[in-house]
Amino acid sequence: MSLGHLQHQATHAEDHAEQKCEMSFPQPKPEVPQLPQNLLRTIDCQQGAVRAVRFNADGNYLLSCGSDKSLKLWSVSRGTLLKTYSGHGYEVLDADGSYDNSQLCSCSSDKTVILWDVATGQVTRKLRGHAGKVNCVQFNEEATVILSGSIDGTVRCWDTRSRKFDPIQILDEAQDGVSSLKVSEHELLTGSVDGRVRRYDLRMGQLHVDFINSPITCVCFSADGQCTLTSSLDSTVRLLDKSTGEMLGEYTGHKMKGYKLDCCLSSKDTHVLSCSEDGHVYCWDLVEGSLMLKLPVGKAVVQSLSFHPSETRLLTAMEGRVQVWGAEPEETEEDVVVVQQEKA
Amino acid sequence: MASDSDSDGDFVTFGTPLEPLEEDEPLRKPVPLHEQTVKDEKGRYQRFHGAFTGGFSAGYFNTVGTKEGWTPATFVSSRQQKAGRQNARPEDFMDEEDLGDHGIAPRQITTTADFASGRKDVIRDKARAITSLSAPIPGDTVLEDLVAPARSSMGVELLRKMGWKDGQGVGPRVKRRLCKQRADSGTRAFVSASPPNGLSGSQDEEDGEFVPENVTFAPKDVTPIDFTPKVDLHGLGYRGLNPLAALRGGPGAGHINLFTMDSDRSNSLFGEDRKGQRRRGGVAGQGFGVGAMEDDDEDIYHRDIMSNYDTVLGGEEPGDGLYGWTAPQQYNRKKKDAAYLGKILEGFTLASDKLETKTIFPPPNLPRDFRPVHYFRPVVDLSSVSPMVAQALQTSRGHMAQEEPSKGGRHQLDSAQRRELLGEATLQGITESLLNPSRFTPHAEQQQQEALSVWSGPTAQAQTGQTFKPFERTPHKQARYDLYIDQLKQGDRDALELSLDPTMTEWERGRERDEFVRAALLYKPSSSSLSCRFTRGKQDDGVEADTVEVTRDQENDVDDKQAAVKMKMFGKLTRDTFEWHPDNLLCKRFNVPDPYPGSGFVGMPKVKRDKFSVFNFLTVSESPTASASPAPQGNKQSVPLYPDTSHFISRKRSRWDVSGQAGNKERKEKDPVSEFLSVARIEASGSGPEASTTDGPTTDPTVEVLVPSYYIHH
Repeated sequence: MSLGHLQHQATHAEDHAEQKCEMSFPQPKPEVPQLPQNLLRTIDCQQGAVRAVRFNADGNYLLSCGSDKSLKLWSVSRGTLLKTYSGHGYEVLDADGSYDNSQLCSCSSDKTVILWDVATGQVTRKLRGHAGKVNCVQFNEEATVILSGSIDGTVRCWDTRSRKFDPIQILDEAQDGVSSLKVSEHELLTGSVDGRVRRYDLRMGQLHVDFINSPITCVCFSADGQCTLTSSLDSTVRLLDKSTGEMLGEYTGHKMKGYKLDCCLSSKDTHVLSCSEDGHVYCWDLVEGSLMLKLPVGKAVVQSLSFHPSETRLLTAMEGRVQVWGAEPEETEEDVVVVQQEKA
Repeated sequence: MASDSDSDGDFVTFGTPLEPLEEDEPLRKPVPLHEQTVKDEKGRYQRFHGAFTGGFSAGYFNTVGTKEGWTPATFVSSRQQKAGRQNARPEDFMDEEDLGDHGIAPRQITTTADFASGRKDVIRDKARAITSLSAPIPGDTVLEDLVAPARSSMGVELLRKMGWKDGQGVGPRVKRRLCKQRADSGTRAFVSASPPNGLSGSQDEEDGEFVPENVTFAPKDVTPIDFTPKVDLHGLGYRGLNPLAALRGGPGAGHINLFTMDSDRSNSLFGEDRKGQRRRGGVAGQGFGVGAMEDDDEDIYHRDIMSNYDTVLGGEEPGDGLYGWTAPQQYNRKKKDAAYLGKILEGFTLASDKLETKTIFPPPNLPRDFRPVHYFRPVVDLSSVSPMVAQALQTSRGHMAQEEPSKGGRHQLDSAQRRELLGEATLQGITESLLNPSRFTPHAEQQQQEALSVWSGPTAQAQTGQTFKPFERTPHKQARYDLYIDQLKQGDRDALELSLDPTMTEWERGRERDEFVRAALLYKPSSSSLSCRFTRGKQDDGVEADTVEVTRDQENDVDDKQAAVKMKMFGKLTRDTFEWHPDNLLCKRFNVPDPYPGSGFVGMPKVKRDKFSVFNFLTVSESPTASASPAPQGNKQSVPLYPDTSHFISRKRSRWDVSGQAGNKERKEKDPVSEFLSVARIEASGSGPEASTTDGPTTDPTVEVLVPSYYIHH
């Protein structure tokens, strides 16, 4: 659904409400979309700086990528460490979980991509081929392909089914490092430091390149698959129409000038969220573009964030901690800090 | 077929006449197909077959015309029926319709050509005369002429009714001129009046008869050319030795001219027989010896005279008057110019086309004080005089533009030029121009100097590995070239001469000299600031690859896009769509059909371009604008972060500018200096982001996304 459509709907709804108000039966007001403004818990990951934090496919677990070469799996609801995956040679930069929670993939500064078995914690496959550190990694929908984008300017498509260690295809259209990467049903969205967002349409066999003129830090698909969200180093998050490339919204106010920080859309596509270097998470209304929430996370840079796939729940990563934010405070608020007793 | 005897009798009607149309009568229904019947002459119904659309009817109740129908006649052995008629005539295969009046072979009594004698056909007469002569009874045409029945064709009858007479030509009557060919052709003139006195023509003058003004003449008869097909294997015009004629003719008959024209022969035929001609039997003639029967053996070996042959191709106007078969210009050409009548010398003819008159220009008028002494300019060596003088000399000679192509700056001058500018004296020693005096044009020499200055510079010294190997295909040549480059780097002035192979010929060396200088200039070392940004390709392209693969679809102009981004006009302006071929396996893994099934490649369509094509290097020119362009975008990340510069972009108030937010207040209290700084920085970063990245992804990019260099210590 495009933004124009959204707008149209919104005005319609208002008109409707006014009409109803004039009549004697006031309609219950539409529910205000809730924002993840309450801190539910803070997890001290103890793996160095957390480079990325990701929900799994159903949102019950989270993955934290540490700079101490480890990848950790946590329970979101209880904040307990479930598994530590070690095998990378340098800091882990991104991770993703398969749709069936049976496999994980992660990428690292050691130029490798690792496919993990969730249960055993063993390395299923270690994929080498990138010439530089690998910034981002994603499974496709059926976890048959791992796509990894690297600072060497290529996106490599690795086959998880075959025993070959060569990528299926190398997408080397980017003229600079690939910083972010998302996969939808048949599309591949990459953001590159050369200031371009590339969308590879496998079904149509086309490559659409949108010029942003600033290094891209993060790209996202909207949940309806009609829009793309890009954040770039000019401290702007832009919502672009996927089919035409027109700009539907521009979200500013945060600070993103030097670090590769994440942005995302809320699960219902109602809000746009972005990390900021000023220690806040900015949350804008998607349609209006107005800043709805400026979530104070801490004093340092908010490195990464991830929105729950269905609920109003947000993960943020700052320094060595991961924070879980929810719409309403949980009753058990006393366990704010869960320190893991795992002593090696 | 019916003929109306009661009416004029001259008209013949054929077929069934259409009934007269009456205007008021309503249109009658067309007769349906099954009621359209055909009867034959005897009133029997006939049926049409498929042959109705162009064939014969089979007849006899749809059979072939026999009771047996298509059943073949039983085989009859020819052994017993040898005496029977063997060969079938065409009539055997015809039915009565064909033999009828309007069939293909009508059976009626007509005068055949053998018995016909109508108009006097010249050719036919001649032919008949010839045959009559060769016949056993000579002159039997006389008899034939007596008994021949009259027959004339319908056209002749019609012509006669129109006033035509035998022997005349067909057409309107002519005023005065009459062709003279009748007398030549040997036939008698039919026109009662004698030929008119034309303006030309000797015969008319000879006759000198009076021709009245009001007399018109019939046009002359045109003798049709007899195009008899050539069936024998003789040469053109050769008639062969007619044995009959040879037998008949004795030595008195003289030479049997095998090549004589028809007209000559007929002339002799129709003319009076020679007096002493005796008819004798026996074999005689050129091809045969003198037999025992011959009493005289003179002229056995007849010496042919060349006058018997035509020596000119199509020379003389043939007397047969075949005007209809020749181009008329040939005869018009013969008209003589009246002015030259009688003045033409014997053996000369008038030229067909006029001579071109030459225009002669008079010599120039000399000025009064002209002294016929040449002053030679003194040859001044440019390098030995001061630059001012040299420049003045060059401009006076007009060579200025040629010899000094473009002085791009003091760094592009070579040492000689610098020396000229500084006015220093020439170094002592033998200069190159003295060494090889006539070899070099000044241009080549200058190129050599340029190569020397380029390669002996500090940037070239810093560059250790030579990247371009232009003569890699011929290793020896490449080795010599390397030697040349090495010596250039050492600043050796005689680098070129030393590196060349002395065993080669002078010409080869000259060519190689030119090639080396050109190559050295072409692949001169890039400036160090530029070259450090690029790394060598990992895999060598090999010797054969003179081309590189370049993506076929190139991106649009980046400047336009930057302008569009600045104006926030995303959409068409900022979007490029390319054809992209995913791997078949990737499509399979993504559960989508291959959009380009059977395409032989993956990724973007590539085209082969010349490796050193100008277009591949357009963006990395060494022009000062490119080298002076600011660091690429990524470097911005290494720029120390300034506070409060995040909001300068959205100066414009839009609905996306949300009021009541912290940033707004900051914007108000922002100092103008920082704003100016930031704007300048944005412009700088926007102007040249592509300069470094056009050559594909480098293995050592200067740009990388930083992550907070933060580390927790326990």
